[in-house]
Amino acid sequence: MSGEAMNLTLRVWRQDDAEDAGRFETYNAPDISPDMSFLEMLDVVNEGIIADGGEPIAFDSDCREGICGTCSMVINGVAHGGQQGTTACQLHMRHFRDGDTITIEPWRATAFPVHRDLIVDRTSFERIQQAGGFISVRTGSVPDANATPVPKEDSDLAMDAAQCIGCGACVAACKNASAMLFVAAKVSHLSLMPQGQPERERRALAMVQQMDEEGFGNCTVTGSCEAVCPKEISLDFIARMNREYGRAILKSGCN
Amino acid sequence: MSLAHNIFNTSLGRKYLMALTGAGLFGFVVMHMLGNLTIFAGPAAINEYAANLHSLGPLLWVARLGLLAMVAIHIWAAVKLSAENKRARQVRYEGAVQPVDEDRKSEIVSRYASRTMIYSGLIIAAFAFYHLAHYTWKVPQINGVDADFEEFYVHEEDAGEEQVAFVTVLPEGKEGANGADVYRMVKTGFGVWWVSAFYVVAVGLLCVHLSHGLSAMFQSRGFKTKSTEKLINRFACTASWLLFIGYVSVPLGVLFGFVK
Amino acid sequence: MAAKKKTTAAKAKAAKKTTTRKTAPRAAKKVSQKKVPFKLDSGIPAGAMDEKWDKHRFNLKLVNPANKRKYEVIVVGSGLAGASAAATLAELGYNVKCFCYQDSPRRAHSIAAQGGINAAKNYQNDGDSVYRLFYDTVKGGDYRSREANVYRLAQVSVDIIDQCAAQGVPFAREYGGLLANRSFGGAQVSRTFYARGQTGQQLLLGAYSSLNRQIGLGKVKMYPRTEMLDVVLVEGHAKGIVVRDMVTGKISNHSAHAVVLATGGYGNVFFLSTNAMGCNVTAAYRAYKRGAAFANPCFTQIHPTCIPVSGEHQSKLTLMSESLRNDGRVWVPKDKKIAAKIRSGELNPKDIADKDRDYFLERKYPSFGNLVPRDVASRNAKEVCDEGRGVVPSGLGVYLDFADAIKRMGENTVRERYGNLFDMYEKITGSNAYKNPMTIYPAVHYTMGGLWVDYNLMSNLPGLFAIGEANFSDHGANRLGASALMQGLADGYFVLPYTIGQYLANVGIDDRPNQDDPAFSAVQQEVETRINNLLSINGDRTPTSFHRELGKIIWDNCGMSRNKKGLEEAIQIIPKLRKEFWQNLSVPGENASLNQSLEHAGRVADFLEFGELMCRDALQREESCGGHFREEHQTPEGEAKRNDAKFSFVGAWEYQGENKTPKLHKETLAYEEVKMTQRSYK
Repeated sequence: MSGEAMNLTLRVWRQDDAEDAGRFETYNAPDISPDMSFLEMLDVVNEGIIADGGEPIAFDSDCREGICGTCSMVINGVAHGGQQGTTACQLHMRHFRDGDTITIEPWRATAFPVHRDLIVDRTSFERIQQAGGFISVRTGSVPDANATPVPKEDSDLAMDAAQCIGCGACVAACKNASAMLFVAAKVSHLSLMPQGQPERERRALAMVQQMDEEGFGNCTVTGSCEAVCPKEISLDFIARMNREYGRAILKSGCN
Repeated sequence: MSLAHNIFNTSLGRKYLMALTGAGLFGFVVMHMLGNLTIFAGPAAINEYAANLHSLGPLLWVARLGLLAMVAIHIWAAVKLSAENKRARQVRYEGAVQPVDEDRKSEIVSRYASRTMIYSGLIIAAFAFYHLAHYTWKVPQINGVDADFEEFYVHEEDAGEEQVAFVTVLPEGKEGANGADVYRMVKTGFGVWWVSAFYVVAVGLLCVHLSHGLSAMFQSRGFKTKSTEKLINRFACTASWLLFIGYVSVPLGVLFGFVK
Repeated sequence: MAAKKKTTAAKAKAAKKTTTRKTAPRAAKKVSQKKVPFKLDSGIPAGAMDEKWDKHRFNLKLVNPANKRKYEVIVVGSGLAGASAAATLAELGYNVKCFCYQDSPRRAHSIAAQGGINAAKNYQNDGDSVYRLFYDTVKGGDYRSREANVYRLAQVSVDIIDQCAAQGVPFAREYGGLLANRSFGGAQVSRTFYARGQTGQQLLLGAYSSLNRQIGLGKVKMYPRTEMLDVVLVEGHAKGIVVRDMVTGKISNHSAHAVVLATGGYGNVFFLSTNAMGCNVTAAYRAYKRGAAFANPCFTQIHPTCIPVSGEHQSKLTLMSESLRNDGRVWVPKDKKIAAKIRSGELNPKDIADKDRDYFLERKYPSFGNLVPRDVASRNAKEVCDEGRGVVPSGLGVYLDFADAIKRMGENTVRERYGNLFDMYEKITGSNAYKNPMTIYPAVHYTMGGLWVDYNLMSNLPGLFAIGEANFSDHGANRLGASALMQGLADGYFVLPYTIGQYLANVGIDDRPNQDDPAFSAVQQEVETRINNLLSINGDRTPTSFHRELGKIIWDNCGMSRNKKGLEEAIQIIPKLRKEFWQNLSVPGENASLNQSLEHAGRVADFLEFGELMCRDALQREESCGGHFREEHQTPEGEAKRNDAKFSFVGAWEYQGENKTPKLHKETLAYEEVKMTQRSYK
């Protein structure tokens, strides 16, 4: 199972805080086991940096099992490193070769300012969700769960969209730093459920409006987002959101 | 929120505008090409086609203004959207794209056509301006020959001996005023190699532009899904090639003597 | 400096306006002593089991709707319990401040729950009922939970599903459009609702969407990347918290009428667990140090099907759904020498003949086989590995083999059922489980213990509530699968929002101290001092190295099986490690910036104290029950042996001071409904 240990060179973006200009620094990562995850490799490098009296590379991670969406780094120009359907925390070092130089950068987007090193501020995503990413129900004032049947196909498709972990890789990968895949996933999920119908138009309009205000770019249908999405959320959902939006502007225009 | 606000002031609204005006312009480009191709049927056909167009009178102006509006909106939205895109990503990545799974590189890197839409679009716009100056406004200084296209008229009565080859006999009742000798203009115009070269390059860019745009406009309007994606992409690709061949055949026909 | 003076003056001025209203009622309502005496009163309502909750709700004081907006409630944590509580409290009209250490409430570790959520809906018409869910849960908890709490949990379980469905949670459905169910361990009915393998994620996103709605409406103020470092007591009541902004390092305090802790479990005391990297005991432990009782800390759950540790670098463990045991067969070689050859790579598992394999679960438990409960499966895996028959390089791993299942139903059927798990396994280990047997080993997964709470989910400190995994309430000594999500949401949506009203109505609107109260500055000062201490040691060892060492001590001595000697040893070693920590810790950087080493150091410091408490609890509990297995107390067949006569109680620990032995209090558990029996899976 375990292969030979590797020696790697890392070029890592270091930035003290949001105001700092930042720079690349080079570190050696000796004796890396192919069984390590990418983040465990960084843990090991960090222990070394601390031992040498430096400050460790700050990076976000939490669940380390690919579901919380916290980890966020661009590895060799690709968000999460480029293994299909995989977050950085689940990417393992066996995909690299002895002697490789790996460039590690934070998500780059105006709407995701850097907090420190590889950690970015993704609260813009929060505000988009707060604008309309919900169904307005009050706790307790709801019908029996089986009172509203949902066709299995709709429910399954909604689940495909709802799987989004909100990591922001779609924004990081898009040449325009567009958040369309993220927003589309939420809009699609809720518009596919019968429970989401009453607020369908209002939701689409509000979320798109907020997305624009946060300073994300626009979709030019390159498909990069879909290719790096760790949950493999389909570009179809962007088309679906466009449809939802068209419906919403027509309806709101006629009112 | 009003309809106008939702269309003009939001990203998705502007993408709609791009798609709708793009579709309209695509329609024009197709019609224009079909018109151009009448040149292969001889001078009479193309001059007759031109005369028929001109005889539309006020309708022609409606069409022209419509086109102009579409172009204006298309460019306005494009410039605005791409400025937003630039603002959204101010720092570029240093690392060259190299996914751990190398086969996936082509999926991750955006296609050339999609990355250059604004440039191809602006060059096409510049060409269109030149093209109008060349054939519509007939600015003599830019056509590269010692001739004024303003004078290329179909005048049956005083068509000189030399011009006889270019003279088209207009249908009855339509003689006179608008009888521009389009055939002669095209032949003279494209007889200049660099005019033809510019034309070929511009049309090439137009087709690159369309190869992405024709597929993206379905996405922007929400018609594209995994099941229709293949069909749409094939349509975009085929239509772009057909347009390219159709358009380029005219100057090449002139240069290589297929147009008599 | 001048500016600061000015603001203080302004504050004082503002305060003056309200002083008359502020202090008078408080003095009237409360005894003027500084500390509320230690008392454990579960407050279980009288009456028949199925009427307790209804009657209690009727008897609870209500807060006038118009007055609710004058109350402020702090909720710490934004997982299932925290997010649902914060959203519901805000819907009711309270002003809520919600804190989480993650960059978004959506990332709380509830998100990682895979299997499902139980509810007594009886949609499958298989004889389920509130009573049955209640009974199963008490029995599954090995009779160490409070009957009344569990009954209430079963009652509200049905409302949870309705609530989540209305929020648009895409639960699995049948072709008719109705909800689908699956069955789960410890139950003979099919009552588990699920959303693929991501039920926790979908339920959390549902609660998060409700929370977002309230944030958008301005009823909840959200503080992400903010860590609670202490709780502030004013006259014995919890009235606020001290927090650190994890981006700027700014320490600040927040006052409120009540504080709700929804801060999850303490599984990371083991260093390696299936918990997220950031999960910690700090909030609960700080509350404990301020006088809240910590109940049953030794009750931890070990999950049998995790991916084995691959090396020293390992930072966390990954769980794979228990459902794998439905079709996989667990085995190790019969012979130690063969196992050694497998470990060194000389032998391939496929080359081991059937007669040389030991399918130990099937051998020892012929009727349940590979489907024995979590604790039994885990302990047996540890046993065979301790015998030297483990099959991974570290020696700590057994096979979970699907070869027979593939032969029986074909690879495609196996792929349909478990494809995503096999993919995940391959991602992490690089090994294809269709071709080679999987390797698994148990790992810490959930902690049943937590802050002691009464029937209202309030700790013994008035005004301090604990919900979700952070309290000890409903799971006894062992939690059944798919019950964690149920409890978190029950507490947050349907219990706390009512019960907190009783406390708030009692203390009144004016019982919210000004932040200028000396109690706040005193606690803040303590927090700052502690951080400065951590930063100024300048030793040689990183927080991670201490954490790893502590984890190993706890795992070896207070893990899957425990004995007196080991526990006593651990109680000896841990203080030494703690001492070294405070002398030889190295935390680079400063407080006034994003400093992950500092964050980690603070958490490890608390784990280093908490680990000792855990061992003490395990030591005093001279019986085996649920997740707590004392080697001295087992049946001749090696099964857990409870001692109901002596240990049918909740062990609640009271802090006595730095380096002093804490005091054990006992809340006796009385069983009116459920008959206590010994579990048997033979």
